[in-house]
Amino acid sequence: MEPLLKVENLRIELSTRAGVAPVIDDLSFELGHNESISFVGESGCGKSMTALAIMGLLPEGIGKVASGKIIFDGEDLTKASEARLRDLRGNDISMIFQEPMTSLNPVYTVGEQIAEVLREHQNLSKVAAHNAAIELLDAVRIPNPKGRVNDYPFQMSGGQRQRVMIAIALACKPKILIADEPTTALDVTVQAQIFDLLRDLRDQTGTSIIMITHDMGAVAEMAERMIVMYAGRKAEEGKVQQIIEHARHPYTKGLISCVPHIMADPAFEREELLEIPGIVPGLAEFGQDRCLFAARCNMVTDKCLGARPPEVSFDTGQNAACWRAEEV
Amino acid sequence: MTELLEIENLTVRFPVRRKGGGFGAKTYLTAVDNVDFTVKKGETLAIVGESGSGKTTAALAIARLVSGETTGEVRLEGKDILPLAQEDLKAMRRKVQVIFQDPYSSLNPRQRAEDIVREPLDSLTDKTVNEKRGIVDDLFKAVGLRPEQKRLFPHQFSGGQRQRIGIARALSTRPEVIICDEPVSALDVAVQAQILNLLRRLQADFGLTYLFISHDLGVVQHMCDSIAVMYMGKIVEYADRISLFSNPSHPYTEALLSAVPTVDARRRAETKRILIPGDPPDPLNLPKGCRFASRCPIAEARCSQSEPALKPVRDGQLVACHLRDGL
Repeated sequence: MEPLLKVENLRIELSTRAGVAPVIDDLSFELGHNESISFVGESGCGKSMTALAIMGLLPEGIGKVASGKIIFDGEDLTKASEARLRDLRGNDISMIFQEPMTSLNPVYTVGEQIAEVLREHQNLSKVAAHNAAIELLDAVRIPNPKGRVNDYPFQMSGGQRQRVMIAIALACKPKILIADEPTTALDVTVQAQIFDLLRDLRDQTGTSIIMITHDMGAVAEMAERMIVMYAGRKAEEGKVQQIIEHARHPYTKGLISCVPHIMADPAFEREELLEIPGIVPGLAEFGQDRCLFAARCNMVTDKCLGARPPEVSFDTGQNAACWRAEEV
Repeated sequence: MTELLEIENLTVRFPVRRKGGGFGAKTYLTAVDNVDFTVKKGETLAIVGESGSGKTTAALAIARLVSGETTGEVRLEGKDILPLAQEDLKAMRRKVQVIFQDPYSSLNPRQRAEDIVREPLDSLTDKTVNEKRGIVDDLFKAVGLRPEQKRLFPHQFSGGQRQRIGIARALSTRPEVIICDEPVSALDVAVQAQILNLLRRLQADFGLTYLFISHDLGVVQHMCDSIAVMYMGKIVEYADRISLFSNPSHPYTEALLSAVPTVDARRRAETKRILIPGDPPDPLNLPKGCRFASRCPIAEARCSQSEPALKPVRDGQLVACHLRDGL
């Protein structure tokens, strides 16, 4: 079966005062029907940019798709008109953002904001949309939805606001839900509620999920496959459990072991955390013909500085863009 | 080992205007309610909890940095610091320093890095210009910054480097205790490891005692010797690290630990996720009994009748729960 979404050799350029930089540099990946994948990496690696490109929401006048294709259900979105994209957004592809505090409009009730999507895309009447909003609030487990539908965002907690965002995103039963750090601003018990909700909704509706995160634990819990991004390029891709057991890119390995995870056996000896020295390079270095991770890598050789590493594929289905992937 | 910090009956309340109340109708929000704990010299105590649990308020009250009404006792090396007048606080401030959560807003954007690091020496000590210069140079080295970066402004540093400046500033007066208020939660994952390793190295080198505020239980397990779990202003569980993580005994602690996503497949398989429904109660209108009762999976009738006290359940572990009093 054709994948639901197929991104081919995508290159996104961002014009800055310093010149044009490829924030996404030759990215290809696929998303299947009812599949959940995760984009992982530090800030400034191009995770959110990928999401915005799929949504057709690149910052106007600054970012543009320079080459490549984003094929959704057989249609190349990079060639779609603004009207067509508007028709798709919130309908077939929707997105929830990191900050539930700022992504809702403070002067409309949550009910009005959910109903707006339904009236726009499904031509529901005012009354029908209002009733659908109540059902959606119930589906995202807001207690007393009939009463809460007339609440303003400030009357809700952070977790409830994120549920409202999810209700808006799922109102039109999208084929793809993009969740950009959906729980970063939330407490861990609330995060557990939101993950549980997203899993249930996916089981019921068959929506595919793209989750963007920096938390490997969240990836392990929510996704089947992950794509590790570094400086606008794909560093590694593969099944989540396989990558966690044996990462094939030094960056992935660093991302997994630099975080102190809660372990089953708390009596273990606490050693120093593995550090990834330095920080993500600035945009000026993006696109150079070498490994952009080389400066932070403990396995670096001259080859890494001479040319961009090719993707090496493994029998496990993993692939890693590293000259020494087989030794990692 | 001696008890460096002893906190007894610490309560912090803030006056708030009651909604719909008449002119002058005032009520109090109790952010920290009758909290006791001790920190041994050279150890790290974590206070964990979610937003609004009172963990930051409790820690900042110990540094005399909250505006609310603070009662109880905070004994530093045996001496209560709460009754001290503002002008008598200098000696205490030399001994208790803070590393703040947000390295972007906690550094003055108009000061150079060396001036930021030197400021506590200027205001709290009588050291000479030359002594101070030497101390600042040593601190830059100790936290992994280069000497030529001394003249730069905060915006010229990355987030991790700014946090290093904040750490150097906290170390400048050679404090006994450093309150680390979510020191890595604003940083990128790869940078977190750099800062956590640095904090552990400095603790060993300078014999520091940390009071570590965090909501990240993975970080807490890695950094701390004992842990106080707070919920709605109360400590609900207080235990050493191994007891808490291998045997969490308050239902809230259990839920909190089970909620943390992990890459450890064995832990994921062994841990049953406990979802706690709903939201915490209104802090201005707290229930009569246990504050967690409305969300607790095992609550019984008596839980909403009376508030449970913090009692030992086994060696090195205290729990405030009617249904979990093991001893």
